[in-house]
Amino acid sequence: MSIIKGAKARAQGLAMGALAKAVALAPDSWIPGSTPDPLIRRRSGHTGKPMSRLDGPLKVAGQARFAAEIALPGMAYAALAHATIAKGRITALDTAAAEAAPGVVLVMTYRNAPRLQRPPVFMSSAKAAWGDDLPILQDDQVRWNGQPIAVVVAETQEQADHAASLVTAIYAEEPAATAFAEAKSKGSSPGSFMMQPLHNESGDAEKALAAAHFRVDATYTTPRHNHNAIELHGLTCAWEADGTLRIHDASQMVAHEAWTLARIFGLAEEKVVVTSPFVGGGFGGKGLWQHQVLAAAAAKLAERPVRLLLPREGVYRLVGGRAQTEQRVALGADANGRLTALIHTGFTAKPPASAMPEPFIVPTRSAYAAGAMLLDVQVVEVDGLSNTFMRAPGEAVGTFAVECAIDELAEVAGIDPIELRIRNEPDKDPVSGLPFSGRNLVEAYRLGAERFGWDRRSPAPRSRREGEWWVGMGCATGTYPYYRMPGGAARITLTAEGATVDIAAHEMGMGTATAATQVAADRLGLDPAAITFNYGDSTLPGTVMAGGSQQTASIGASVVAAHRALVAELVKLAGNDSPIAGAKPDELSCRDAGLCRADNEAAYESYASILARANRPSITVEATPSMPFEMMHWSMHSHSAMFAEVRVNAVTGEIRVSRFLGSFDCGRILNSKTAASQFRGGIIMGLGLALMEETQFDARTGRIMNPSLAEYHLPVHLDVPDIEVIWTDIPDPHTPMGARGIGEIGITGTGAAVANAVYNAVGKRVRDLPITLDKLL
Amino acid sequence: MALIVNGIEAPPPADPRVSLLDFLREHLHLTGTKVGCNQGACGACTVIVDGRRVLSCLTLAVQADGASVTTIEGLGTPTALHPLQAAFVEHDGLQCGYCTPGQICSAVAMVEELRRGVPSNVTADVAAQAIAATREELRERMSGNLCRCGAHNGIIAAIEDAFGLETAA
Repeated sequence: MSIIKGAKARAQGLAMGALAKAVALAPDSWIPGSTPDPLIRRRSGHTGKPMSRLDGPLKVAGQARFAAEIALPGMAYAALAHATIAKGRITALDTAAAEAAPGVVLVMTYRNAPRLQRPPVFMSSAKAAWGDDLPILQDDQVRWNGQPIAVVVAETQEQADHAASLVTAIYAEEPAATAFAEAKSKGSSPGSFMMQPLHNESGDAEKALAAAHFRVDATYTTPRHNHNAIELHGLTCAWEADGTLRIHDASQMVAHEAWTLARIFGLAEEKVVVTSPFVGGGFGGKGLWQHQVLAAAAAKLAERPVRLLLPREGVYRLVGGRAQTEQRVALGADANGRLTALIHTGFTAKPPASAMPEPFIVPTRSAYAAGAMLLDVQVVEVDGLSNTFMRAPGEAVGTFAVECAIDELAEVAGIDPIELRIRNEPDKDPVSGLPFSGRNLVEAYRLGAERFGWDRRSPAPRSRREGEWWVGMGCATGTYPYYRMPGGAARITLTAEGATVDIAAHEMGMGTATAATQVAADRLGLDPAAITFNYGDSTLPGTVMAGGSQQTASIGASVVAAHRALVAELVKLAGNDSPIAGAKPDELSCRDAGLCRADNEAAYESYASILARANRPSITVEATPSMPFEMMHWSMHSHSAMFAEVRVNAVTGEIRVSRFLGSFDCGRILNSKTAASQFRGGIIMGLGLALMEETQFDARTGRIMNPSLAEYHLPVHLDVPDIEVIWTDIPDPHTPMGARGIGEIGITGTGAAVANAVYNAVGKRVRDLPITLDKLL
Repeated sequence: MALIVNGIEAPPPADPRVSLLDFLREHLHLTGTKVGCNQGACGACTVIVDGRRVLSCLTLAVQADGASVTTIEGLGTPTALHPLQAAFVEHDGLQCGYCTPGQICSAVAMVEELRRGVPSNVTADVAAQAIAATREELRERMSGNLCRCGAHNGIIAAIEDAFGLETAA
């Protein structure tokens, strides 16, 4: 990071810090969420019900059209050629054979690509979401092994693929840091995340550790991971006659993408339209990467619509994943197991241009009451593809380290691991000092332990054997913050028949559209069938990233704001002859397709009647919610208690997860069917993190060596046992609908629960993920 | 010669390099068959050829010449779902929906394999005439179909429900 950029970030950080202090001290009544959402009280509606996902029939019948399935007239197909060195310069680039190959329309390299602006890097402005600011096919520099060096466009995919294989390059290589240890030996710099330093300190933690009655001190390592959504990254795009760039993409950030591509191509924002009605899995990976720009640039140069569907290897070369970490966790406790020292420090790797150090200490900030605390993330620089957000960035790997360490401390202190955690429950946020908006972790543990049969666990490892299998049980705490990002907005159009809600949000399988429909139905007093929820289109209101498990809160707050505006408008239209005449919006509720007085439901008039009397076929309102100051006023987090039972083969070391239970405290659950799938999905990705997932590099060249689903192992059906998920369903009084995010928490704590169960089974601590059988032999 | 795709004749492509997967998606615009890896590792492209499940990405279209191909579109439609498609919706055996057509085509043919007595890696007695449809058998036999969203429990439940399989874990 340059000195100027560093100074700007520090200034922004200071300003944010000052604002946070002011918001923390403000009276509750000034803060969004001070008055509980009225829907929290209403338990008889559609919210919370196990409604089947609304797009289910389309998807199971193969009728949902994904981005690379849109066929445009005259469309050509693109394929990429990639660099094979980590760092250096292209000295010769031979495209003649590719250009002469049958069907080839265009070979685009840095020599003939349109001149493009660099991408605006994440958080540099409201809609900036790119992970780095590297130029895109603009010069002869190679910055990572796998960087695109040519785009071939041809009449068919087969022709494009073949021609791309004919592009050859000669390089002048430069020394590159491609191995973590080598990069670390060159020194590190302090990490920061969301404009705040990744460093927290209170008291003298090292001194407290040295003086502690019980202590553990160990290093945990986690490898690079890839998202591996089954849908490949791909888009179909065209430049229309009026100069509009239309992109059919798989995106978790349509508004950010339209704005960013407009900046890169030097267009007005409204001249880029991004639609993404179906996304075949995202997990943080379906953001902004070079392929979108390359396809749009190729379409411009070729003057034809272009489809670019990355092959699986191409996804590994272009789309970064979760960064490696090396974490030290040291815990000191008194004779009763109360933490006197909590140290969580370490290193993460990222390329110089990446804006995203893996923030593994974030979950630790609010985890435990400890006498003295030292949290710190140091960044080391490697020359490689930018890393990015992947499901629960920070929390997924941070909880692995800390929750394993807690298990180790429990053994040293001779205290049950659940009891040890309960003894160290904080009564307010240990770092910020803010009150919790809702924290029922102890209740989640109580429910989970009873259901799982925790009392059947022997605290001594290697004490249960069934045939040739050692059996063990482990638990861990999962956690993920409540986020609501600025930028939400929603439009509601009401007719006599129903309502349409428009918001530039995303459906990647989370069930967002279904839950949003249920909530909107209850809020508007309509049947869900009378609600149309439109999303996945950059021309709709709002800048709502499907990230940080914040979409539902953002949509919820946006619809609350639009609903309020709608009610105000209806009262105006209703006039003096209506039973609701003269009421303020807060004094009204919606029921049975109309409005009534909250304190007298009989004073009611239907929407149809109000609209008819006003001679209006429809009314449309659009509104923006207040800034998310609730996040600075309360400490807001989801929690979970995770339980694993594993079987380890005494002969081969093979590890099987035989049972898993997640007990969640995430506020109110909005759809019990789709929420259960979100929880299970996170847990299953956590099983992968624990036991098999690893992006492997050739340390000499920085090239990913397992860029395929055959060699990067995901959990398959036989790896997934019946997973039980339960929840407290205690509403958070300060969030829209009483809900906190559920998309990412499932992966948190899971790795540690499995690792702790493996230890309980065989008595061996594996602190280096993934826990493969060779590490147990 | 021709391929019979969902009961309709389609002439094979002129370019012999075209995979059955690309033929279905790009030539016939039957995009219900998905592409997840193009190298036989994920199962998203599974279709049924003459009653057997095949990976259409590893099959050349010309290899299926004369064969009867059933894709997800041939099993049911959104308003007239195949019982397994309906069970996937009911049991939430999908999230993003991208691996789903492959899971469904695979399961339809897999159940026939079980009924024919084809053993798997977890079958205790490979000589047995009848193979019990245990949950472990279903999981083993569906393991070639990857799902990243983590809908595995719902998928197995949907298969059990749609085919009336009584399984024990």
